[in-house]
Amino acid sequence: MLPFILKRLGLALLVAFTVSFISFSLLFLSGDPAAALAGETASGEDIEAIRRIYGFDRPMLVQYGDWLFSALRGDFGESYYFKLPVASLIAERLQVTMTLGVCGILFALLTAVPLGVVAAIRPNSLIDRVALFLSVAGQAMPSFWFGLILIVVFAIQLGLLPPSGAATWRHFIMPTIVLGYYAMPAIMRLTRAGMLDVLGSDYIRTARAKGAGETRVLFKHALRNAIIPVVSLAAVQMGFMLGGSIVVESVFALHGAGYLAWESIARNDLPTVQALILVFSMFYIVFTFLADVLNAWLDPRMRSA
Amino acid sequence: MNRRPLDRSAILALTLAMSTAMPAFADKASGTLNVAFTKELENVDSYFNSSREGVVMQRAVWDGLIYRDPETNEYVGNLAESWEWIDDTTLEFKLREGVTFHNGEAFNADDVVYTVNFVAKEENGVKTQRNVNWMESAEKIDDYTVRIKLKEKFPAAIEFLSGPVSMYPNEYYAEAGPSGMGLKPVGTGPYKVLDVVPGQHFVLEANENYHDSPKGQPKIEKIDIRTIPDVNTQMAELFSGSLDLIWQVPADQAEKLGEMGQFTVANESTMRVGYLQMDSAGRSGDTPFTDPLVRKAVNHAINRQELVDALLQGSSKVVYTPCFPSQFGCIQDVTEYEYDPEKAKELLAEAGYPDGFSTEFYAYRDRQYAEAIASYLNAVGIDTDFKMLQYSALRELNMDGEVPLSFQTWGSYSINDASAMVSQFFKHGSLDSTRDEEVLEWLNVADSSTDPDERIEYYTKAIQKISDEAFWAPMFTYNTNYVFSDTVSYTPTPDEVLRFVDMSWN
Repeated sequence: MLPFILKRLGLALLVAFTVSFISFSLLFLSGDPAAALAGETASGEDIEAIRRIYGFDRPMLVQYGDWLFSALRGDFGESYYFKLPVASLIAERLQVTMTLGVCGILFALLTAVPLGVVAAIRPNSLIDRVALFLSVAGQAMPSFWFGLILIVVFAIQLGLLPPSGAATWRHFIMPTIVLGYYAMPAIMRLTRAGMLDVLGSDYIRTARAKGAGETRVLFKHALRNAIIPVVSLAAVQMGFMLGGSIVVESVFALHGAGYLAWESIARNDLPTVQALILVFSMFYIVFTFLADVLNAWLDPRMRSA
Repeated sequence: MNRRPLDRSAILALTLAMSTAMPAFADKASGTLNVAFTKELENVDSYFNSSREGVVMQRAVWDGLIYRDPETNEYVGNLAESWEWIDDTTLEFKLREGVTFHNGEAFNADDVVYTVNFVAKEENGVKTQRNVNWMESAEKIDDYTVRIKLKEKFPAAIEFLSGPVSMYPNEYYAEAGPSGMGLKPVGTGPYKVLDVVPGQHFVLEANENYHDSPKGQPKIEKIDIRTIPDVNTQMAELFSGSLDLIWQVPADQAEKLGEMGQFTVANESTMRVGYLQMDSAGRSGDTPFTDPLVRKAVNHAINRQELVDALLQGSSKVVYTPCFPSQFGCIQDVTEYEYDPEKAKELLAEAGYPDGFSTEFYAYRDRQYAEAIASYLNAVGIDTDFKMLQYSALRELNMDGEVPLSFQTWGSYSINDASAMVSQFFKHGSLDSTRDEEVLEWLNVADSSTDPDERIEYYTKAIQKISDEAFWAPMFTYNTNYVFSDTVSYTPTPDEVLRFVDMSWN
């Protein structure tokens, strides 16, 4: 298993640096950072001065090398916008995003997997229909709309939950549901399809024939095989939730990393954007890596991959 | 930034209208007023941010030497008791005695000297240089007398000293610097800062030892400000009672909130002016806008009143001047180009474009206004290739002289002096697409004369020429809506600055 892990890890690092280099170049192509930094009142000379102070007049490769070298030592520089160290800024915002992401994926898994399993055991039953309806609705409903509806019902009409913010755990209930619900349908359909497929296979018949109990058949034999693609999907969804919860963070006024990334792009805050891209790509890499390892553990055949 | 799709607002407004909303209950009992900011404020240190939210904080936390009464526009002493011009470039101030900063440091001439010398130095990187770069240095005469030396004659000095230039505690600022000041602000103002989470959350507390300032005494004990980017969420918070006041509310939503009867909706104009900038200098190459007939045609093509009535609404007004009417020197006696599409077509024909022409048309905010403007232009035969850009990208193009026609706005940083707008754009800077020698000369006189009558005379010349030659097509002023719960009493001012010190409970 160790060579497999090492190989995956090496590949992961390569991906991280490719991503960071591409994003760095794209940011440079997207506009003059000096002009954006200078603000509304700046004259041409002000902008030239800023260009020199921040070193934007050097070749892009030199600037990237500079950034990379600092980043490797853990120094992500100072946010142009907030004038605060990027590392502490991101660390603070990641708490919210991580909490939301973990709660969201747990919510999605804890609802979608059981629903998928039940739907597969009783295909075309009422419960299967309900699950199908939920999944179609989840895919079709924009998350800002769902979020606003929850706010109107639970915060305004019923007065049960606070509308927005991140002060207590109660503030996270609605965002978790919105974020999780979006990831749910895909997980559920994949679980259902996988289970249906597996339940019809020979080894399940064999397991039943040798007298194994239905629970044991379902969870030990069927689910373990059906869950493998779900693990990979959940890893991708998790990465998506951490980087892509911009809408949810904006609707619920959670100042997380996704929203920070979105705003920083508009503000041309290069160091912040660059560090966030690295962090997000690392998340994707770590999660897909963990998913690979988990799958290899679930299915020994994959360890040779 | 205007990237919130309109339909989303409509959705929430609809849902709210259908719902039987509970009556809002404010935090009057706890003495805390809850307010929302829409934008993340970059740094509370007012010299190191350039946003409206920053001005709001600055007015609450710090004081200037002078204060301008927002009602009468009269200047009165604040941290200074009196002031006089020693010569054209020297101002002497007698300071108020017995004022202390929030951290207990006493306010005296040393604080003024330190603040002025720090912000005036370009290397220290004050974000909005024009707020401070007219000052050379400050000099202490005695503990409560100080002189500010100007680089050159600058009659708007008093206006700037009553606005963006506030006084910082020398000992504390020397140690904390802009970053420290941003995280733990210390001033002399009516409100002390209890807590700052950068960009997200600010808690203010009334300054019990506030001096006898023309700003008045704070009446609300605590102000809790949260940044909530989505206007719909702000409205939901207002409904659930966890916010007491929101501002910069779009017209359609403000109207619906007003109809509900539980909130006070106050509309006030802002100093922001919307205008079309035309490349009359021909910087973008061979463009029809170098011809005054074409520029006049554009001016006649726009139905300003309809834009105001249908889109901007509220207390917005039609303007024909390249400045905000209340600004000193912004005379209103100028050519008014009435809406007349036929005349516009005739002028175009006369200029040699009987079938019109096509041009690139840029904008960076208020897409729906820009689109309405484009349709007026299309109606007289000017085809527009419309491009919506980020502000910084458009400005970059503009500086490079590559923009033939654009929809621009300018808020003058709430500075009530025409120099903050006309002189910003017509003095051959990189954003000047006119480059008229006469206008430059006149503005130079108007900007530097210390004789008010002479200033008026020369602003009049410059503004009348800009208008006669139709260098721009000024169109309208902006407005903003403040919505607050019935328990709050507040009268907004026309400069778009939220003044906590003027708020009280009903």
